[in-house]
Amino acid sequence: MRFSIGSLIRNAFSGHQNWTRQWRAPDPKPAYDAIIVGAGGHGLATAFYLASEHGLTNIAVIEKGWLGGGNTGRNTTIIRSNYLYDESAALYDHALKLWEGLSQALNYNVMYSARGVLMLAHNHHDVISFKRHIYANRLNGVDNEWLNLEQIKDFCPPLNLSQSIRYPVVGGALQRRGGVARHDAVAWGYARAADALGVDIIQNCEVTGFKRDARGAIAGIETTRGPIATKKVGVVAAGHTSVVMARAGLRMPLESFPLQALVSEPVKPMFPCVVMSNTIHAYISQSDKGELVIGAGTDQYVSYSQQGGLHITTHTLDAICELVPEFRRMRMLRNWGGIVDVTPDRSPILSKTPIEGLYVNCGWGTGGFKATPGSGHAFAHTMARNEPHPVNAPFTLDRFRSGRLIDEAAAAAVAH
Amino acid sequence: MLLINCPHCGPRAEIEFRCGGEAHIARPTDPSALDDTAWAQFLFYRSSPKGEHAERWNHTHGCQRWFNAVRDTVSDRIITTYKSGEPRPDITTNTTGER
Repeated sequence: MRFSIGSLIRNAFSGHQNWTRQWRAPDPKPAYDAIIVGAGGHGLATAFYLASEHGLTNIAVIEKGWLGGGNTGRNTTIIRSNYLYDESAALYDHALKLWEGLSQALNYNVMYSARGVLMLAHNHHDVISFKRHIYANRLNGVDNEWLNLEQIKDFCPPLNLSQSIRYPVVGGALQRRGGVARHDAVAWGYARAADALGVDIIQNCEVTGFKRDARGAIAGIETTRGPIATKKVGVVAAGHTSVVMARAGLRMPLESFPLQALVSEPVKPMFPCVVMSNTIHAYISQSDKGELVIGAGTDQYVSYSQQGGLHITTHTLDAICELVPEFRRMRMLRNWGGIVDVTPDRSPILSKTPIEGLYVNCGWGTGGFKATPGSGHAFAHTMARNEPHPVNAPFTLDRFRSGRLIDEAAAAAVAH
Repeated sequence: MLLINCPHCGPRAEIEFRCGGEAHIARPTDPSALDDTAWAQFLFYRSSPKGEHAERWNHTHGCQRWFNAVRDTVSDRIITTYKSGEPRPDITTNTTGER
């Protein structure tokens, strides 16, 4: 069923009893042309673009839990593309351009809201670093501009711009096209659109092994719901990529860490944009439901526990309370963790692997949500044609051997 | 927050420590003999197991010495800690740890 004002009116008159299921729950077929492991945003987007742009519709997305139940449902939904290096700016801006038309492309309201992402500078080093980012971004056609204190006051009135706080704000970099989107709607929108094109989304089905033919190439996968034959497998398993790839006998340049977030009780609209501060480690926005969505840091050790240390959260809340004193008496409702897979250079891997027919899309670390459409689009190209799209060509697994790293570690918005 | 048993100082809170990543990664004894693939394995490739993980810790706000710990990465429970230079304990036979 296509969503429109007409369908809304029709269903309103029938008491909203006749809405159809948005995607099927099929049993796995014996064989597919390609299989995606992981039904998060990136995996579902990959399936959608494989079907819509490359004509591969006899494909399946295999998911251990339920779709969108991992980091897609746990992140702080921030979208921006103001990365320092040319390779990263191209990749993330590719995603941002797709965000701008995504609701129309999927016929599903992903609630992309370009309300602006403001990064605060607290010292001379921040100012120099942010201005370097701004100039680099402009050369790459990515919008980013410097705001002085008066302009920040106009753009985000709740911020405490007093010069007597511990880390006073001295300026900021603003990407106006940045913003937020509804994370669940992104997974659901891609799932519904892919399903409509014939993609099988198989939930509660864990990959337990990989089958190889005599040449060593991928011949199929073993799952908890039986073996499935295929010649192409794309692993898009986020924090569990190391675990899945180990089942194919591959070690990865990845470590998995818990990353925490929390939300407050809902209040009336009072925080107009996304604010990030690297120096004092805080990022915050207000959802359309009214909750403040706050991102904390990662723990320092490898873990799959999906919960982090309370001192990590407390550290972020200290900074938030100083930046926005009005929040001091707000109650925090929920606090959770997701497992993020981090590469040595803090840039993702969208790549072929040493095993023929096995592809991997991982290493998005603490900032993968913003890249969802671009990641799926470029990875679908890589899987369909067995060669990378120009935007993901530098993001190979081989760069850790060749030394051509994309060192965004020092350029991330928030140091994790 | 973890409670970590420093082999030199005894149990202390996690905020006194820095985690140094995977343990028992030996620096190559003959560096010039390594090709790029072997260097990549040494520098960048890491075990990130779902289960028992041997890792280095430094008691930065205490004795400042390095030591190793075996921790379960699902429950975050530290199974045992031991001094640097000692081999990784065989957890299945060693029941004197903190499990």
